[in-house]
Amino acid sequence: MLVEYIPILVILAMALIVAAGILVLTHIVNPRIRNPIKLTTYESGIEPQMEARLRYPIRFYVVAMMFILFDVEVIFMYPWAVVYKQFLSQGWFIFWEMIIFLAILFAGYIYLYRRGGFQWE
Amino acid sequence: MPAVPISHFLILSAVLFSLGVLGVIIRRNAIVIFMCIELMLNAVNLTFLAFSNYLNNVEGQIFVFMVMVVAAAEVAVGLAIIVAIFRLRETVHVDEIKLLKW
Amino acid sequence: MNVNLTGADFLGILPIIILSGFGVVLMVLSVFSQRFHRMTIPYLGVVGIILALISNFFLIGKDYLAFQNMVRVDWLTVAFNFIFLVTAGLSLLLTTSYSEQEHIEFIEFTPLLLFSTVGMMLMGSAQNLMMIFLGLETMSIALYVMAGFRRNHRESLEAALKYFLLGAFATGFLLYGIALIYGVVGSTSFTAIAQYLNKNALSPDLLFLVGTGLLIVGFGFKVALVPFHMWTPDVYQGSPMPVTAYMAVGAKAAGFAAIVRFFTLSAAQIAYQWVDVLWILAVLTMTVGNVLALVQKDIKRMLAYSSIAHAGYLLVGIVADNDLTVPAVMFYLVAYLLMNLGAFAIALIVSGNQERRTRIEYFKGLAETQPMLALAMAICMVSLAGFPPTIGFMGKFYLFSAALYSGYVWLAIIGVINSLISVYYYIGVVVAMYMHKPVDERRIEQVVPGVGLVVLVAVVGIFIFGIFPGSLAGLFG
Repeated sequence: MLVEYIPILVILAMALIVAAGILVLTHIVNPRIRNPIKLTTYESGIEPQMEARLRYPIRFYVVAMMFILFDVEVIFMYPWAVVYKQFLSQGWFIFWEMIIFLAILFAGYIYLYRRGGFQWE
Repeated sequence: MPAVPISHFLILSAVLFSLGVLGVIIRRNAIVIFMCIELMLNAVNLTFLAFSNYLNNVEGQIFVFMVMVVAAAEVAVGLAIIVAIFRLRETVHVDEIKLLKW
Repeated sequence: MNVNLTGADFLGILPIIILSGFGVVLMVLSVFSQRFHRMTIPYLGVVGIILALISNFFLIGKDYLAFQNMVRVDWLTVAFNFIFLVTAGLSLLLTTSYSEQEHIEFIEFTPLLLFSTVGMMLMGSAQNLMMIFLGLETMSIALYVMAGFRRNHRESLEAALKYFLLGAFATGFLLYGIALIYGVVGSTSFTAIAQYLNKNALSPDLLFLVGTGLLIVGFGFKVALVPFHMWTPDVYQGSPMPVTAYMAVGAKAAGFAAIVRFFTLSAAQIAYQWVDVLWILAVLTMTVGNVLALVQKDIKRMLAYSSIAHAGYLLVGIVADNDLTVPAVMFYLVAYLLMNLGAFAIALIVSGNQERRTRIEYFKGLAETQPMLALAMAICMVSLAGFPPTIGFMGKFYLFSAALYSGYVWLAIIGVINSLISVYYYIGVVVAMYMHKPVDERRIEQVVPGVGLVVLVAVVGIFIFGIFPGSLAGLFG
């Protein structure tokens, strides 16, 4: 019942206390020196050349997209691997099943490769 | 140790699902709308897993696999469409994408 | 547990296997072939569809469950496969001229269309909500891409975005409905759902009813029932014309396949719970679709609203919920296929280069410049409006008589009134073709063989099954 949630509450409370504590503490104990050099992004080092919020090249999204596609397909291999030995005694079907699955996935990979999906341009 | 009752899971997933629906209706950025749809799908996944655990039945978990894979395919296609629109229009704001009207 | 699958299992999905195989091979082939050979890929796709159609004949007369109750092989499976394959084949023929006309590369188009058809066939043969979901998504994800295929056109991309966002939104509702039903029944199999309802027909769990309601929302989006129709006109107008034709016919038939499989065949025990809801939706869909179609100036948009109205007519058959329901709905789906593909094929010819001429005014004077084309369009319009001796009339006759048979007199009357309203805008096109001067006298559109074949098939089918409806209705019982 609700008692179950007490550990979660404790963790939440601890996280809040630590995070808020650090924030408050830094405000209390830090030395306050305000001059132009102190306010730059990197106080001792390279001078900032442009704004930090620049737009990422769109290629990153495309690469992320392709990663997700091939990455998620792997979850089908987990249940397959769990029952593999058990079902192998009933014939090789379970083996060829995954080979066919991977072959289709590989066809997709070849398509992507030839279509220039992996080129950065 | 007593388990968390299933009603808690169901209420949580119903709340998440409703938040997703609300987000789709009130947000105007195509990518944010898309994220809200993903939130809806994950709420559904939570429902499936809660029932699967409660009924001691594995079918719900298999269903979650399917939902995850389909959601990934949807992400790919959706992002591709949004990227293509952005290249052509320089906006992903759905209020500005309104050439077609009756 | 036994995992040995027999030959019968694979025979049951042979058309699906053939089409998926062709899709994968053509996808790889398309990126390895030279520019010239790419032109042949749509024709190879047609070959794959013909092979799948042939393999479909092996399923005739069978009735069994395959793949551990995931797939059902019966006459409905065969009939739905036939509808989807014919739709895909004819739509593919429409694209043969399209790539030159639009100056874009259509490399992935054929594989995508084949995959989409695979999804539809999965829905048609589903015996489990999981198969419905997977089929629906296979179909929809391919369609999202196809809708945005004219990548340099804002309208096309906008259609793709709208279709994608609203389609995914609807999927969320559908899935939540499935999850709730799973929670009550303990399985997503139609067999288990029917068993559960046999026991609890009078007092089904509230969660089950909520789940069923959410399924109505999900399917309603896919087949464009009012009030879930908002995307339809925009998406139909923005998509490339062959895709619009394919979407209008195939996706709607697939949605009704799911509705028939779930509501009519599995949840019939609690029909008293959902019939009233669908009654209201049917009336709304017919009326709103027809009334809004009256004011349309664009042929694609007009056909979009008309397709909403036709979804309403089909829903009348579902509401009737008696022995006539399934044959009437199947017959109307065939009718809808023929008349809509015919109309879209001619609209494609008239729209010309870059689809610039899609407004109805461009049909003016078509009877003078191209009499045969005008005649074919007139036949399609008359059939859509539901005049005898066309297939459109017989289809509506079967649907409304199914409703009358169950005592839904008012529903049938509203349906007939709606048919009368629809006459106005369908005949408007005929009037434009026959009673007006051409906008551009010298313009004669070329009819490429593939598109011409589609028009021919549509016109011949409209008359043959309109005059001899028994030959088709007999197949559906």
